[in-house]
Amino acid sequence: MLYLSIFVLIPLAAVIVKAFSSGFGSLWSSIDNTLALRALAITLGASLIVAAVGAVMGTLVAWVLVRDDFPGKRFINALIDLPFALPTIVAGLTLIALYGPDSPVGIHLAYTRGVVVVALLFVTLPFVARSVQPVLIELDREVEEAAASLGASNATTFRRVILPALRPAILSGAALAFARSVGEFGSLALIAGKVQIASIVIYADIESGSEQAAAALSAVLMLLSLLVLFSIRRLGGRVGR
Amino acid sequence: MVVSRRAAWSLRAIALVYLGLLLLLPVGVVFWRTFEHGFSTAWAYMTTPAAISALWLTILIAAIAVPLNTIFGVGAALVLTRSNSRGKAILDALIDLPFVVSPVIVGLALLLVYGQGGWFGSVFLNNGIRIIYAVPGMVIATVFVSLPFVVREVTPVLREVGEEQEQAAATLGASSWQTFWRVTLPNIRWGVAYGVVLTTARALGEIGAVLVVSSNVAGSTLTLPLLVYQRDSEIGGQVTTSVYAAATELAVLSIAVLLVMTLFGRRKDAR
Repeated sequence: MLYLSIFVLIPLAAVIVKAFSSGFGSLWSSIDNTLALRALAITLGASLIVAAVGAVMGTLVAWVLVRDDFPGKRFINALIDLPFALPTIVAGLTLIALYGPDSPVGIHLAYTRGVVVVALLFVTLPFVARSVQPVLIELDREVEEAAASLGASNATTFRRVILPALRPAILSGAALAFARSVGEFGSLALIAGKVQIASIVIYADIESGSEQAAAALSAVLMLLSLLVLFSIRRLGGRVGR
Repeated sequence: MVVSRRAAWSLRAIALVYLGLLLLLPVGVVFWRTFEHGFSTAWAYMTTPAAISALWLTILIAAIAVPLNTIFGVGAALVLTRSNSRGKAILDALIDLPFVVSPVIVGLALLLVYGQGGWFGSVFLNNGIRIIYAVPGMVIATVFVSLPFVVREVTPVLREVGEEQEQAAATLGASSWQTFWRVTLPNIRWGVAYGVVLTTARALGEIGAVLVVSSNVAGSTLTLPLLVYQRDSEIGGQVTTSVYAAATELAVLSIAVLLVMTLFGRRKDAR
């Protein structure tokens, strides 16, 4: 507990205290400007898109890895962990290399919102896939066969039998992906350019010495991501029961 | 559910194309860009004094942060599964905080506590200890962001293993220390190992938190990820071989970690 306090709790408390240090009014005034509000909106919007796309694609990837069989599957399975192992700054650089000014494929996505979403999809890829995979392995196939023998089509079986079993895993994976996206810095530091992502605005504030503004935006960002996490967890809990 | 051949093929194709476009192609391009002007050019950029010292500092920070978090992680996992203390639920919720908080906010937080004019900053500075803009601050930042991995890997294993073997050891007269070393630890070793690998990967690659508390001086407080960032900003967005070379150096280091991770995964399945 002491360890946790020294490394985690006291520093975080300091941010909250700093954010409120000159009253609630000044906290609001440092948030209530177009730059900070835009940064919050862009960050949350991108994170929601990433969580949604990630949930669908992660489930699909997990399905192929569990139910399908093809040469090279083990390699693909190991590949899923690449974003966890690859430093985020390298992840960002890879996207510049591919979509940047001298792109070999002629797609110039760098420094736009599009590339921000791609970068976030890259770093959060393992969350949904890795949380769905074990559940899918454990899933009882007899229930599916029973559904099929009772005349259910594949689509119905998937929607009524498989999806409900996977939903908690998908939701918790998507929640992790969302939380990660909201705070992501490393992979975006090089490629976001003029797209004002919250973490980059905070960094710019720190660099220019306005710790108060940085702390205020940090506090709001933490609050928002905790709120979303909490509601996703409740949603997952209700469905899971 | 029996999927038709055609559906199975198209699902497989979608998954492989998605992974290929998102993961393989971009990483491949970085390697290609690193060596496009020949191996020796890239090698020269990888072995400049700044790069060598950044490599060692990256390894040093990981070498401090990983053992600290491993010891804490195993201890916290034991508390979460084996004790009935009242703080358990709070501890459980708080441990995930580093996953939720943005690394940049972590850096800011450390600045506000240990920096000049921070809560404890003057205490350390008066005793001649620099934390912020120095290596200790970078170590603390790394510990912070990589804290939950070992706990989260070990807790489910401890739960699954159960307490019976430990109780049996205790009835046979083993001290709790002996029980831990002879019974508990061998049972959870793969969970610990996987947690350590994840912690290491994160510690090697961390940039956001470390960037804020580092002074970014080559040769003293520059890690490999920071070197990539610095080389990129020096050239002003015009990314050239030096940046790619530093990135490849870092990527090779972490892909080695990924290989170890896959090996452990195989061992876990084999069990």
